[in-house]
Amino acid sequence: MLAYIGRRALLAVFTVWAISMLAFVIIQLPPGDYVSSYIAQMAAMGSVVSDEEAQTLRIQYGLGQPIYVQYWKWMKQIAEGNFGFSMEWRRPVTEVIGERLWLTVVVAVSALLLTWVLALPIGIYSAVRQYSFGDYAATFIGFIGLAVPNFLLALVLLYLGFTLFNAHIGGLFSPELQDAPWSLARVWDLVKHLPIPALILGLAGTAQQIRIMRANLLDELRKPYVVTARSKGLSEARVILKYPVRMALNPFASTIGYTLPYIVSGSIIVSLVLGLPTVGPLLLKALISQDMFLAGTIVLMLGVMTVIGTLISDIVLVWIDPRIRLEDT
Amino acid sequence: MAIAADAGPLPSAPTADKQRIFVASQWQLMWWRFRKHRVAVASAIVVAGFYLAVLGADFLAYSDPNASEAQRSLMPPQPIHWFDDGRFRPHVYGFKGARDPRTFKRVYQADPSQKIPVRFFAQGFEYRLLGLIPMSRHLIGVDPGRDAVGTIFLLGTDVQGRDLWSRLMYGTRISLTIGLLGVTMSLVLGVVLGGFSGFYGGVTDTVIQRIIEILRSIPTIPLWMGLAAALPRDWSIFQIYFAITVIISLLGWTELARVIRGRFLALREEDFVVSARLVGCSQMRTIFVHMVPSFMSHIIAATTLALPAMIISETALSFLGLGLRPPAISWGVLLQQAQNVQTVAITPWLMIPAVPVIIVVMAFNFLGDGLRDAADPYGR
Repeated sequence: MLAYIGRRALLAVFTVWAISMLAFVIIQLPPGDYVSSYIAQMAAMGSVVSDEEAQTLRIQYGLGQPIYVQYWKWMKQIAEGNFGFSMEWRRPVTEVIGERLWLTVVVAVSALLLTWVLALPIGIYSAVRQYSFGDYAATFIGFIGLAVPNFLLALVLLYLGFTLFNAHIGGLFSPELQDAPWSLARVWDLVKHLPIPALILGLAGTAQQIRIMRANLLDELRKPYVVTARSKGLSEARVILKYPVRMALNPFASTIGYTLPYIVSGSIIVSLVLGLPTVGPLLLKALISQDMFLAGTIVLMLGVMTVIGTLISDIVLVWIDPRIRLEDT
Repeated sequence: MAIAADAGPLPSAPTADKQRIFVASQWQLMWWRFRKHRVAVASAIVVAGFYLAVLGADFLAYSDPNASEAQRSLMPPQPIHWFDDGRFRPHVYGFKGARDPRTFKRVYQADPSQKIPVRFFAQGFEYRLLGLIPMSRHLIGVDPGRDAVGTIFLLGTDVQGRDLWSRLMYGTRISLTIGLLGVTMSLVLGVVLGGFSGFYGGVTDTVIQRIIEILRSIPTIPLWMGLAAALPRDWSIFQIYFAITVIISLLGWTELARVIRGRFLALREEDFVVSARLVGCSQMRTIFVHMVPSFMSHIIAATTLALPAMIISETALSFLGLGLRPPAISWGVLLQQAQNVQTVAITPWLMIPAVPVIIVVMAFNFLGDGLRDAADPYGR
């Protein structure tokens, strides 16, 4: 078991490294180096950067040195908690991102939780009552969930909310609590606003999980031990929930690795449509104005969050499924 | 299914029907099985229809997609009325545009007394059919009116007064070909890397599999956005088009590689592959003459299932303003105008380009499912 978790952790470290390289590439891609665009930006705003200051910045970021030195310096600064300076906002990147990163995590995790809460009962129902009306309805909704890109879904819901209920369904907070400090009222406001983004983000995943759950449970239900359990006189609910569901539950945890990156990806673009205060709109703005340290940091952080989430799901999987535990010892 | 199961215990004299199955080629078996999947067949027809529209976009459009006209900004769709006094005479009602004296927005009123006849195969702007044959006929059109009142906007117009229907036709062309091109690139990467991984196994396999796992655990949209935003602003439409395709396929090949590796692993130990190796076939010959044909159908199915993801990716990027940029027209570019709730509420027809996206994605999904089931004629 430890060997398994160790291997997954090692892979996670490699993934983080790959993501950091990619984020660095994104920072490096635009023409010109950071300092010269910084000077140009400052000049445009009427302030002058002294030669000494420019020189200090050049040394700090290792500009002019080989690319791997630059990468190493960037990494070193990150290790010290310095993610660079946002040119557009003229504030340190960490300050600009602020609570947005946590709100992104909240949105992604609630989408994931909603996926399970919906997919588990519906999947069980679809398998136990195979070919019933409910089963077909679930399959149909599932196909729509898979086919409609989530940003279009957000757009359509926005439109329906506006025309049918004359309500604006976007955002994560009511306007009066938008910039308020954290309080119980604000948390409750967030909870009230979460379901719609979570549903939009989680729908595709839910559809997929329902199909997997249904297929796995159908396989399990045909096995002899289910007949045995039934013949011993266990109640139908116990027969189904005690063993087959537990066996079929496995892919729920093992697919987080693929579901989570998908949800995080989707949250970026859905946030834009719904106007959620996550890192999504910030990333787009940073990319358009070529505020590269901000953009690179956001890409890096999103990636790292996803990797951590995936690692947690791996550990959960070992915990639920004894087969994996035994396999690797 | 039934076909395969019946072939089990051999009777002394197979019936004519069974003989037909014994001698059928793999593709024939696949077709017979595919045909039973009604939804997949219907989806195939839908997809074929869309690609016909790609070829004949100029013919189906009736006005220049880039011709803007401030006087006709944000006109609502004009529905075609097919009958006039019980006789077949398709026409649309003329629209009267005026500026609201208070809000200064243009408002339009349909005028039933003014009937503009719709002609089939009407004269319009000049184009080259399939890029070759010069033509100026279009599927529908209206007579150019004396005072230019005779216009038709089936799906309304956008802010700059450009006809949405015509733009949608041209957008279809770009959105659907970018998907095809992207999937082809992914396929090449997937076949080469997945093939190496499955054929050689061992360390090569482990390394490639780890790379795939790493790529799959990275959220793609932020990465795509980063890469796409770095494209130089002064690139031409074509350069951007290719760059976007490359970006999308660079991160999209993993699923195809996984499928292909699985097939290679499954086939590597098959008797016919081992015997090919034993009689001294070169590795290339073993792979391309003996192995690839036997899982070609799987590749096609996997490719079909990968296409919708490509189309959605392009649409999403362009929707964000990081993919194709005007004057290029794609579904995503068209949807960019429907980004906020104000526009959507006042001018809902700007959301229409979402409809073909959803239809095409669903059709490809069903078609791919059908192909995948049919690809294994002996399975189940």
